[in-house]
This record gives sequence, structure tokens and C-alpha cells, in this order.
Amino acid sequence: MAANNQIKSGRLSKAEVEENFSDLHPPLTRSEALIEADRCYFCYDAPCVTACPTGIDIPGFIQGIRSDNLRGSAHTILRENIMGGMCARVCPTEILCEEACVRNSHEEKPVEIGLLQRHATDPIFESGEQLFERAAASGKKIAIVGGGPAGLSCAHRLAVLGHDIVVFNRDDKLGGLNEYGIAAYKAIDDFAQTEVDYILSIGGIEVRNNSALGSEVELAELVENYDAVFLGVGLANSNALGIDGEDLDGVENAIEYIADLRQADDMSTLPVGRNVIVIGGGMTAIDVAVQSKRLGAEQVNMVYRRGPEKMSASVFEQALAQTSGVNIHHWASPARIVGDGHVTGIEFKLEDNDEAMHLNADVVFKAIGQKLDGSGLDALASESGRFVVDADQKTSVQGIWAGGDCVVGGDDLTVSAVQHGKIAAISIDQYLRNS
Amino acid sequence: MADLRSEFLGISSPNPFWLASAPPTDKAYNVNRAFEAGWGGVVWKTLGEDPSVVNVSGPRYSALYSNERRVIGLNNIELITDRPLQTNLDEIRQIKKDWPDRAVVASVMLPMNEASWAKYLPIIEDTGIDGFELNFGCPHGMSERGMGAAVGQVPEYIQMATEWAKKAASVPVIVKLTPNVATAVPPAKAALDGGADAVSLINTINSIMRVNYDTLTMYPTTDGMGTHGGYCGEAVKPIALNMVAEIARNAETRFIPISGIGGISDWRDAVDFLALGASNVQVCTAAMVYGFKIIDDLVDGLSTFLDSKQLSLDQLVGKAVPSVTDWQYLNLNYIEKAVIDQDSCIKCGRCHVVCEDTSHQAITHTVNGERHFEVMDDECVGCNLCVSVCPVDNCISMERLTTGNDPRTGAAISSEVLNWTEHSNNPMRKTD
Repeated sequence: MAANNQIKSGRLSKAEVEENFSDLHPPLTRSEALIEADRCYFCYDAPCVTACPTGIDIPGFIQGIRSDNLRGSAHTILRENIMGGMCARVCPTEILCEEACVRNSHEEKPVEIGLLQRHATDPIFESGEQLFERAAASGKKIAIVGGGPAGLSCAHRLAVLGHDIVVFNRDDKLGGLNEYGIAAYKAIDDFAQTEVDYILSIGGIEVRNNSALGSEVELAELVENYDAVFLGVGLANSNALGIDGEDLDGVENAIEYIADLRQADDMSTLPVGRNVIVIGGGMTAIDVAVQSKRLGAEQVNMVYRRGPEKMSASVFEQALAQTSGVNIHHWASPARIVGDGHVTGIEFKLEDNDEAMHLNADVVFKAIGQKLDGSGLDALASESGRFVVDADQKTSVQGIWAGGDCVVGGDDLTVSAVQHGKIAAISIDQYLRNS
Repeated sequence: MADLRSEFLGISSPNPFWLASAPPTDKAYNVNRAFEAGWGGVVWKTLGEDPSVVNVSGPRYSALYSNERRVIGLNNIELITDRPLQTNLDEIRQIKKDWPDRAVVASVMLPMNEASWAKYLPIIEDTGIDGFELNFGCPHGMSERGMGAAVGQVPEYIQMATEWAKKAASVPVIVKLTPNVATAVPPAKAALDGGADAVSLINTINSIMRVNYDTLTMYPTTDGMGTHGGYCGEAVKPIALNMVAEIARNAETRFIPISGIGGISDWRDAVDFLALGASNVQVCTAAMVYGFKIIDDLVDGLSTFLDSKQLSLDQLVGKAVPSVTDWQYLNLNYIEKAVIDQDSCIKCGRCHVVCEDTSHQAITHTVNGERHFEVMDDECVGCNLCVSVCPVDNCISMERLTTGNDPRTGAAISSEVLNWTEHSNNPMRKTD
């Protein structure tokens, strides 16, 4: 960043930052969990299960909490979703399982499924107790590209099914967006790595970090040397605004700042702008806006080109931003970023209004979506910049599966990526056993 | 407000709610607090011969909980009073003096010899008590010594001891019955034959609560060993109601006044007992779980209810007894079907799955591709299971079919009453 005296670290003390980044949803105590578990009606063909992308038997695991069988409860969760711990923290449950809860129909207060799921799984991640057993070795070896939720989910299920796996991961650490992208207050105490360690503890998963496809490793080489390939490469590139001033200093991709934030040992040392503008209306936009505010930014303006109902961030997330002190502006599109070497503000064009809106900024975060880095992957059929897959996550090329954000139907949710990885693993297993 | 003043065997109390003979009535301290809170009377915790019994100094109680730790049932192994008789007598005398408008009845448990009854009852009566309650019910501890339930399970013993008590006492005598019998009628009849003025029921039910899952011993224990206790609380109410109703409708026992006991927690429970034949009620567990303050809702709720029904307390007593009969007299031509109110249905599917798995496959799950729960009249036997399990109040109701054919059997619906005694499938049917 070019020199700008409005951008500085230490706007808040370390203690204040730690307080601001404490657990967003603190875990339930045992008593709270029992009371909440008792609210579950144990529905038949439960709508919450249908609403869960990974199809966790929610009434089943809640019954385990009720009966003090937390180990069984955790197994019920993790056997469908090995990232059930992270999903308990980051799933937008208000638009998934909890939205479907029948309690909404007569009291507008669903069972707190997310918190119960965390209650059930926390003890397993604390103890590290292995709940899974590997099937007899198949002698098959599968290459997985990408160490995020899709890749790790696929790797774990394949390992359970008796196969050996090599994960090619472009980053220093496994976890993908769980490690680099989730807001810090949603996954405190390095939970992403705790979960990674648990997944790897099944055995049979070799990890090669700093091994990006297209540079350190080539697809053709994987196809040649492995019995099957799974691509969970995510969407590595950020979309650009395509307007004047985008190259000014202080204009950044939100996702990169969030990654820095997640990797910081002491978040109070991170540079924070005084006036921050976030462009976008999704979860990443909310995450960078709220975290900037919690790091001590004075003014955080989040600007979205359409109305609140069109934002991909859930109503809960929008409210979280607002109660955190973020100003959300709707129906305004950035027309020009202004500055002299360093950004000083943005001019917005307002919908249905000829007047322009100007907001000051010394930092601008772009959070208008990600796109596939398809280098070296031209052979695979794609649509709107994502790989086309069938219901079994098979790509157009035999022997290659894909899942997570990089495929058509990927929806930027950890839980969906986990499901893709799981389905692909089951499909790969069938393919290998039949060939 | 309805007048709740109660006269039971001529013993008057400002309301029909007495505290049952139990830990809450063991001392003047507790009884004073109870009367200050508004209880109509107490049955003093059971008195016995000196030297007094000795209680364990470990767990005496354990509970059956709902998941939110609401106590549904309570188990106890406490014996009769473990204080010297004279201490109790002094306190009873003072209490009766301080609270002349409240009922004070003394529970007694004595060995099976007449001399003991002849000796102790006059001493106790001299304190000014309004009556005696003979404890033939405690199922634990004392029954091993030939008292309590050991007497209550043998009608001849009940009659014998009641006769001794009646000879020694000039105040009314109530016989408290044990539920640990097949039917309460013979014990009640024995009490009546022995001259009892009333019966009270039920005492507690033999029970072991659970095991300790760590040690795999029963729970709770006293130094590693446990013993069965007596079970009480709201979980026992249906058992008590049946026994009360049995006595209230039996030709040989129907005239004996009943003091109803067993799981009364709120005013509705009291209505159950009164309507099924009890003239007053006794409460223990609810007070032991929540304290004496529950008397406020008992009094206010019952009074409001009587007003809403335009009934006096006396008119409520026994009101439901004529509706209790034997199975063989139920009308087999009467047909009901469950109806689900779609506006209040929350689509949990519990009615469907219990009907599908355990009953008559009479409730849909999917209609036209939508999650939809509806009763199929051609399969519904009217069993009321769906009503019982539905988590939404009044969402499923039972409606009578009066005309046409029963869609399940195809048979024409008859307005004639047909019970089993006359049914063609009954080989023992009455044939005139």
C-alpha cells in the first residue's frame, strides 16, 4: 500500500480486538443444550434434513444429545458431513435447516440446530477420538486438487472407503476458505486446523502443500499417475470492477485482506483504514466490512448495486453488519474510484436518480465475487466459468470429478462443497471397484 | 369466587387442599409455613411408637425428569417421623391452637396388636387433632416390619386394625390405602367393614428409579446398596384416579368418602380427583418440588373453574363417576374419526409416522407431491393416537360419524347402542 496516514495498525488495543473477535455464537452449556434439544419434535421425514445440503439426520443427532449419547450424536453428524464442526459455526442455518424447522410455523422460533450440532461435535474435536474405520485397502490411489472443504471431504470419504489419497494444495495450510476466508469470529481458536487434523487422522491421506495446479503439478500428469482425479480448486481469482481508478493504491480484493487477517498472529497489528468502502452484497462483503469495523475502522460503508432482498448475504448477516456499525447502501453502483496515487473516495451512480453519491475512502475492498482460475483445465467442459458436472460430480472427462465452488451449482457454502466431495468419493469408489 | 370451604367428615378447612402426610408435615416449622401460604389442612407426618425410627443420612429421594429437568416422578425411602412422639405431640397441640380454622389430622402407624392402638391413639387425640389417618400404605422400610403396605395389602388386617382404631378414637378415622394391590376395592371394603369414616388414596408405588450408568449399581444408593422406594408425583396420577374411581363406582364402596391423593400438581388435577369421587384432595410431591406457593394456583384455579361451570364444590364431587364403566358396556356402534386442522398443522409428521409404524396406516404423508397430513377415513379406527402425539394443542380432533356408512368397514352407521354383552362375536352374549 502507498503511504496514507489514514491507514494504520493499532486503532484498537490487542485486548479490544480480541474481545471484538470472540466467538460470534458462544457454545451452549449442557443444560442449555438439553433444553434446546427437547424442543425438537423428532419430525418424520424431517424438513430440516431435506434442507441440509449434506442430509444430516438432524432429529437423530438431537435425540443423541437428549439421551446423553454425544459420541453417537457426533457420529450421526460427521458420517454425513465430516466438516460438521465447521458447518455448525458457519452455515447460514437461517436459510437452511433452521428455516425448514416446523417450529417456525407456530412460534417463529426454530430449534437452534447449528448450536446443537456444535454441542454434539465439540467434544470429538477436543478429544480427537476416531469415529471412523478404514475399509480394507483397495490399492487404488486418487489425486485430489484443492485442500478446501470439497477436497478434504472427498479425501476423507475415499480414505474411509479404503483408498489412498494425495491432496495437492496450493496454500501453506489445508482448509481452503475455512482457513483463509471465514470471518475470524466464526471459527475461533484455530478450529479450521483442528478440523483438518481430525480429517487427516483417518490415515491414508498424503498432503502436498504449495502445489498449485498449472505450476507445480499438471492435470495430465495426475490423470496419468492416479486411478482417479478430483478437482476442488474453488474460485481463485477475484472479479474486477472494470472502472477508472481500480489500480489506485488502497483498492484491494476483500478475500486477500481476510486471508491476511485470518493468518495474523496479532490482529491489532493489521493495517486498518479510517474510512473503508466495501463493494458487494455477499458473505465476503459482510465479512470484510464487519471485521474492518471490529478492527477499529471509523466509517465502514458497504455499497451494493441492488436492494437488500437481492443480497446473497442472509438477513442475519445483514443485521450483523448493521449492529456492528456498518452502513449499508443499496441501489448504488461505483462509477469511478478517485484519488491521487492513493484512493480518496468513490463516486457512485444511484439507481433512479441522476445525482451521484460520493463517499470518502482510504481503503476500498472489492467483494463482487470470484471466478475460476481455469489455467491448465481447458479440456473440461464449463459453463459460465464453472465446470459442468453430473449428479455424481463427474466432469466431461472420464476419470475426473469436480466439486465445490468451481462447479456449476456451487453456491459458496462450505456445506455444499462437503456434499460434492462426499458424492464424488462415493462415485469414484464405485467406478474404481467396477473397473 | 366460588366458595371453597370444605367439610370432610365434619372436619372443616378453608379449602379442600390438605398437605399429605409426608416430609412437608413433619414439623411445626413446615406446617406453620404451609398454613401461612394458605393450605387448608395437613395430615401430620406419620407418628409411631417410641423409640422413634431412624432414617438413613444419605439420599432419601430421587427423581424422574423430563429433559428440561422438570420432575415428573419422585421416589422416596424416608420412613415415618424420626422425632420423639412427645415432640410431635407438643407441636401438634400448639399448631391446632394457633390455626383453629385449619384441618389437622394425625397419621399413625402402629404394630398389629390392639394394645398399642389403645395406648397411643388417646394420647395423640388429646392434642386436639381433627381426625386420624391410618397409614396402611407406605411400601418401603416400615412394610418390612409388618406395618404400612404390609397391612394395606391384606384386607383382613385392614379391617382388624381399623376396628382397633375406631374403638380407641373418638374423632373420625381415615384409612390410607396402598396402590400396591391388584384392585383397591377389597381394601376399601375392609376399611368400611372395620368402621372407617373414609379412605384416602393412593400412597406411593413400589419403585426403583434407575441404575447408575457409571457403577452399574441401582441409583441412588446408601453406601453402595439401595432399596426400593415409594413412587409419587404427576406420573402416578392416572393410577390413583383409576383406584379412586373404582371405589367411587363400586356398589359396595361407593358411599365411603374419599380423600384423593396422587400427583396433584395444579387445579386441573384436583378437578380430576374431585369429579371422579374424591371429596377433598391431598398434595405432597408438587409442594416438595416447588414449595408451598403452589396453593395459590390450586385455590384460584379451582375457584375460577367452579365459577365457569356454575358448580359448587359439593356438586363437582363425583360428577364424572357415572361416566366410568366396564369395557364390556362401551357402545361398539359408536364411530369417531380423527380430523387434522390444516391451518394449525405444522407438518411435523408425527401423526403420520406413529399411525404408519404402530397403528392403522390411516394418515397421509404426501398429497399431490406436497408434504400433507390428512386422515384417511377408510383406514382410521378412531384410536386417538394421533391426537395424543400431536405437539399442537387442538390441531387434531375426533369427530363422530352419525349418518351413512363407516368408510372403513362399509357398514351402515347405527344409532342403536350395541355393547359387547350383546355383540354377535361374543360367545357369552346375552340371548333373551
